[in-house]
Parts: sequence; C-alpha cells; structure tokens
Amino acid sequence: MKTWLSRIPYVVLTFYAAVAVIGPLLIDYNPVRTDLGHRLLKPGATAWFGTDGLGRDVFAQVVYGARTSVLIGVSTVVVSAVVGTSIGTVAGYFRGWLDTVLSRGIDILLAFPAILLAIVIAGSFQRSVVVVVGALSATAWISFARVTRGTALSVRERAWVDAARVLGVRRRFILVRHVLPFTAGPVVALATLEFALVVLAEAGLSFLGIGLPNSAVSWGQTIANGKQYLATAWWISALPGIALSLLIVNIGILGDQLTARFGRGQLR
Amino acid sequence: MLEVRDLRVRFGRFTAVDGVSLSVGPDETVGLVGESGSGKTTVARAVVGLVRPESGSVLFDGAPLGPVGRRPASLQRAVQMVFQDPRSSLNPRMSVSAIIDEAWRTHPSSAPSGDRTTALHSVLDDVGLDSSVARHRAGELSGGQCQRVSIARALAVKPRLLVCDEAVSALDVSVQAQILRLLVDLQQRHHLAMLFISHDLGVVHQIADRIAVMRRGVLVEEGPATDVLGAPQHEYTRSLLDAALELTRES
Repeated sequence: MKTWLSRIPYVVLTFYAAVAVIGPLLIDYNPVRTDLGHRLLKPGATAWFGTDGLGRDVFAQVVYGARTSVLIGVSTVVVSAVVGTSIGTVAGYFRGWLDTVLSRGIDILLAFPAILLAIVIAGSFQRSVVVVVGALSATAWISFARVTRGTALSVRERAWVDAARVLGVRRRFILVRHVLPFTAGPVVALATLEFALVVLAEAGLSFLGIGLPNSAVSWGQTIANGKQYLATAWWISALPGIALSLLIVNIGILGDQLTARFGRGQLR
Repeated sequence: MLEVRDLRVRFGRFTAVDGVSLSVGPDETVGLVGESGSGKTTVARAVVGLVRPESGSVLFDGAPLGPVGRRPASLQRAVQMVFQDPRSSLNPRMSVSAIIDEAWRTHPSSAPSGDRTTALHSVLDDVGLDSSVARHRAGELSGGQCQRVSIARALAVKPRLLVCDEAVSALDVSVQAQILRLLVDLQQRHHLAMLFISHDLGVVHQIADRIAVMRRGVLVEEGPATDVLGAPQHEYTRSLLDAALELTRES
C-alpha cells in the first residue's frame, strides 16, 4: 500500500485544504456584484474558469465554494461524531433498556432515506449555516453511534473493564479511560467517509435551493446556476462539479485506507 | 473473614453454582479446584461482585458484599482480584504508572502520603519489577510482567483478601513458578487471605492451606490440603489427583 499511488489522496486533499483556507484571502469575490458586460465568458486568460450568466467569476466561486464545503463538512462531522460516539458508547457499554431504546430509535431514523430527512429539516427552516449543519448531522451521527456501539460491546467484555470495576473505579471513568479510547480508530476512519457524504449532501441541498443562503457561495448553487446554460456555457456547472467529484473520490480512497487500518476495531 | 453461604448462581436456565458454602480465614490460602465448567470462576466473580447470586450470601467480616459498585469503599478495597488472562486484564494503552495511579486515585485512603514516584517504585519492586517498567504501556509488556503489574495494582489499595482466578494458568511453566512464589511471598508479607482458583491440583498444592474441590456447581470435598491430597475421600478428587500425577510422571 505504501506506493506513491496511495499518497495521491493526501496530496489532493492538502491542496483542497490550502485552497479553502488561503484562496479566499487572495481572491476578492462578492456574490451580489454582477458584471453584465462580461457574462458567459469562456474559460481563458481574463477568467480562468469563465464567468456565469450574471458575469460573476466561476474560478472565484469554486475557491469560495471549497471553503464553504470544508467548513460545513468539518462542523457536521465534528457534531455528529461527538453526538454519535457518546450515544453509541453509552448504549454499548450499559446495554439493557437504554441500549434497546437507543437502538430502536436508530432503526426508526434509518427507515427514512438520509437525504430526504435532511431536505425536510432544511426546508422547514430559514436558510443558514446552522440549519444545514443541523439537518445533515440529524442523520450523520447514526453511523458513528452504530460503529462505536459495536466497539463498546466488545471492549466491555475485556478483562481490564472487569478489573477496573473490581477496583471500584467510577463508571464514567471506566467509560472515558477504558472504553472510549478504543473507538478512536474506527471513528477517524468513519469521519473521513462521512465528510465526503456530507459535502455531497450540502451541495445537493444548495442545488435545490434549500441549503445555504444566497449570500454564501456553494458549489451546489453554482452548479444550479449553470443548469440553464448547460448547452451553451458548460463550464459554469462542469468545473465546480469536477472540483466536487475530485474531492469526494479522494476522501473516499483515504477513508478506505483508514478503514483497512482501523476499521476492524483493532485494540492496539 | 470471607464467608460464602449456600451460594447459587444461575445464567438463564443453567445453574453454574448450586449451593456452595466456603470460608477463608485471615492469613489463610484456600485453593478452589475443579475442571473447566465446574463453576469455580463463577464463585470468584460472585465474591468480587461481578456476578449477582440468585440466592445465598457472601459475607466479609460479617458484612454482606453486594454487587460491585454498590459496596462501601472500605469493602471495595478489601477484596481484590487477579484475573486469568494477564494481557487483557490491563488496558493496553495505559502506562504502568497510570494503572497503579488509577488504583490510588480510586481509593485515596490507600494512596501514599509522600512522593508518588518513590511509592510507585517500591510497589513495583515489591512484585519484582524494575522501576523502568513504569513508563511502558501495558501493551508492550510480556505476559509475566503483565501479571506482576496486575498483582501490584491489586496490592496498591492494600486489600485483605486476594482472589486469584486461574492467575497462573495462561503463563508458561517457568513464569508460572515465579508468579506462584511471588504470591506465596506477598501473602506472608502483607498478611493476605487468598482464594486461589485453579484447574491444576499440582499448582494448588504448592500454595493452598486448605483445598475445596468443585464439580458441576457443587463442592464435593473440602479440607486441609494434606488430607485432600493425601487421602482423598471423593472419587472425583482421586481422578483429578491421578491426572495431575500422571502429568508429572510424563514430564
């Protein structure tokens, strides 16, 4: 696995991260400033990725969109990892009625397609970053809960947990010291995969017009703006689409590599 | 000191322990022997409170020992256990010093009043470990070292009764002998009572003052070690003894 090929995702993702963080500092872009004299310019020297129907620079939109995607992706993954890991670890460690209630609740949530639930939630509120993160976290935490529940179920049978109980260690310390650390590997692997799904889902919501407000720049919005020009100005939808696909594919590969390393709940 | 009265433990329909009565006096080592599945480990787990008995009682100095976690701190401290699998009885990600420190933080009354590092080294020295081991994570230690750390953790809270559940079975023979010698030595120095559980009569006779033999959840024979080993009353004890002797002869 240690070939140069397996390093590609790291290089690509570092590049995306750099663009998301540094890009907006170098390029000035205002989504409400239109320039009708320069509308639908082809990609070229004046505008690298061309301009859209209102004369706005597509390259700048891709760069600002990267920042939005990373921001939404990281916040959603952090929120859902914290919520999911807490619920999963507690359910798996204590078992009993608590586990039954939590697991059945998860089953009910899983009965809805995740994106549908996100659409319903996002559609019921004013468009904002918080609503999007909330709508996406509403389903994303479930995978974290299921994976960590499984890890907690197996770790609780280990003798060091019994040893801590016999010693008289308090339950919350047993959870934090003797169970929780062993969920870290699977959680990190899962977080990368969830990040990809979340970025895709946010683009989907923004494409549908129920994601981020128009004052924010999102790949999904840019792709939606280009919809009506697909035959004449392909670059408006295609270039942010390629940026999105490249990111998703590379996170997917990285996630698979991490799952191969930690996914089976290795204890050391 | 420890008194088990008519203990009964059931797992669903299966009766693991069916009316066992047993006592361990101060400074005394009682060996509990039996084949696997005889219920001896369940007796040990009931004594430390990891298993809830269906009926019967477990008393320590006359006070009932409830389930683990509901015991008053003084009783929690008084009864400690060494487990069978040395590697999994220590959290592999914790350092040896953190493991011992956890025992002290859990029972501050047993913690050393002075310098903890010095105290840690003397605890490790007590079980025959070099002080350099303190920095290592449990996952890096050998089986014998792990078992010494387990013993050190149990002794750190100054217990009065030590329950050893197959504490040497998972170790290879040369290490087994060292750990046994260590246990005998510690028992005398710290005035410990010990409930020593093993399937191996050859091991038990090296350490036990009295021996109780269990089969299918019931005690079949109990008495001073010399009597049980010298003149076994029950047929099952004789067959265990024969098996142990045969093994000795073969090796």
